[in-house]
Amino acid sequence: MTAPLSATTGALPVDPTATRELSFAEALREALGQALEADERVFLMGEDIAIYGGAFQVTLGLLERFGHDRVMDTPISELGSAGVAVGAALAGSRPILEFQFQDFATLAMEQIVNQAAKIRFMFGGKCSVPVVFRAPTGSGTGGAAQHSQSLEAWYAHVPGLKVVQPSNPYDAKGLLLAALDDPDPVMFFEHKLLYKVKGHVPEAPYRVPIGKAAIARPGTHLTIVASAIMVSRSLEAAKELAEKGIDVEVIDLRTLRPLDTETIIASVKKTTRLMCVYEGVKTLGIGAEISAMIAESDAFDYLDAPILRLGGAESPIPYSPILEKAAVPQVADIVAAAERLAKKRV
Amino acid sequence: MTPTTHVTSDPDGAPASQPVNPPRAFSVFSAAELKTALKKMYLIRRFEEAAEEAYQRGLTYGTMHLSIGQEASAVGACLPLGPSDYITSTHRGHGHCIAKGADPKLMFAEFSGKETGYCHGRGGSMHIADVENGNLGANGIVAGGIPIAVGAALSIKKRGLPNVALSFFGDGAANEGAFHEALNIASIWKLPVIFVCENNKYAMSTSIERALSVKNVADRAVAYSMPGVIVDGNSVIDMADAVMAAMDRAHAGLGPTLIESKTYRLRGHSRSDRNRYRTREEIESWAARDPIGRFEGDLIAHGLATAADCIAIREAAEAEIAAAVQFSNDSPLPSVDHLLSDVYTPVEAKP
Repeated sequence: MTAPLSATTGALPVDPTATRELSFAEALREALGQALEADERVFLMGEDIAIYGGAFQVTLGLLERFGHDRVMDTPISELGSAGVAVGAALAGSRPILEFQFQDFATLAMEQIVNQAAKIRFMFGGKCSVPVVFRAPTGSGTGGAAQHSQSLEAWYAHVPGLKVVQPSNPYDAKGLLLAALDDPDPVMFFEHKLLYKVKGHVPEAPYRVPIGKAAIARPGTHLTIVASAIMVSRSLEAAKELAEKGIDVEVIDLRTLRPLDTETIIASVKKTTRLMCVYEGVKTLGIGAEISAMIAESDAFDYLDAPILRLGGAESPIPYSPILEKAAVPQVADIVAAAERLAKKRV
Repeated sequence: MTPTTHVTSDPDGAPASQPVNPPRAFSVFSAAELKTALKKMYLIRRFEEAAEEAYQRGLTYGTMHLSIGQEASAVGACLPLGPSDYITSTHRGHGHCIAKGADPKLMFAEFSGKETGYCHGRGGSMHIADVENGNLGANGIVAGGIPIAVGAALSIKKRGLPNVALSFFGDGAANEGAFHEALNIASIWKLPVIFVCENNKYAMSTSIERALSVKNVADRAVAYSMPGVIVDGNSVIDMADAVMAAMDRAHAGLGPTLIESKTYRLRGHSRSDRNRYRTREEIESWAARDPIGRFEGDLIAHGLATAADCIAIREAAEAEIAAAVQFSNDSPLPSVDHLLSDVYTPVEAKP
């Protein structure tokens, strides 16, 4: 695309349809603002989301636009707030509750797991609980053991919940609007290191369907399945690997429950090698599920090498940056593991 | 307003304070409405007895928590509520469901795990719900329903509706964090919610004397700047009066009220209970304060019903529960093919 330079400033005019860029946090903010505008049943709750704008500034400015009735600061009461969100959803509202950190949502597990996830089923399908729980996840900010976890597999283990984990600003907006349309409870996890990442985001509202993975990079030699920050790390690794003659296909899960098994199976049949890259602790994590799913599928017969999992260390997230980095997969780890996998044969 | 604990009557302590005014419920509700309340008490009593009989005959599957002795608390609290007011209930919830207007046929079928039950056999005794009629469900988690009721009240307030949400819970729930968080939130946001603690003296086997830091659960209301009202939970009229006062407060935008209903469960906690933690004398002393006979006495004393009316009401309730048991027995079991059908709501994707 070419555009004439401005006669007065010499700068390129902004073409909002094609080059409009927002950060991940701005994309979420835009989705929240559009949802609040479009549906008066929607409201936001959370700790320090109104005046302060949220710990990661996702809701910054929404109080000024929508007022305290729609953008509500809660007391530090994760369990109580989650229950309030569930009750409001049952009674016809569309609440979005922000947990300041995913770690703090552990205080609300009762309401999320016993109530929100099960009410529709327990009540014989006679109602739905349309609530969205948002939470920042992951390490890389020096938050240490209680502000850095990646517990998404816990929630993905619970029938009745949907678990979404976008990897880029475009998906962040589209998946959040899809989560808000969804009649069932959605856990919406936002990796902290992505908040400032910029990318193309159309202004008009759009939806990215829940339960559909994306092929972030097509390739032929091996498949990497990842989500959130591990998608960009895997893409970076794929560039290095391409220089070494290894052509990697990167699948961005986007949703952990329901899992898009079809896309993963098709990719593995094509590449014949599978590596799962995830920040959560390796044992009993999302990679275990994907590995087992492939082992049970007809893609198993296509495998030319054992499946490889690259997950978080079997430790809490440490504070010291050198330890913190070592506790979760980095680009170099992905490159090294992929090289090993590419050479292995069954 | 200075929050205070109002003691209307205290069956455990000193003589009950004399109400200044005659009970409001007698002027608000017609004789027919009060007789319907009596019928609901009998429905609850017979429903629980039928559940117990089914257990004794080896016909039940899961556990059950019977509310025999607590009928006045459920019926009195729900008497002022309309179909658009919400309740949340507890594992001991059969009485609350009937008091809110549930159909005993569908309840007994649910209790029996039948397809025709309220939840198509997915929920059972501890999860009977009737969302369309404002019953947001019994709850198997102690205190689980308290913040949910606060959320329903928040939705009511946001939509400008003239309704309230009422949460039933037990004395054990008052020691859960959810109770404290929910009361605080309801208070700061002045939500139209009524907290009804049915204090039956025991959280399973653990007595309030051993588990509660205050003498009365209502004493905790002070910490959340709301009225704490102690009511004789075995009196329909006292319960209805306390809830009406709380509704007035909620409708005026003044926020929540904590009502402590002092009552007693005459049966054990659940079917595993051997009553090791309380004496026969204690149980018998409470059996002598049977809430049904007491309400009948109130109705007859006020000329609202005759003894013959009361017998007819009891017989009608007995017949209705017998029919409910028969309906349940005649009902099919759920189809295994539909096990997964209600986990998620069917959705049509938007573009």
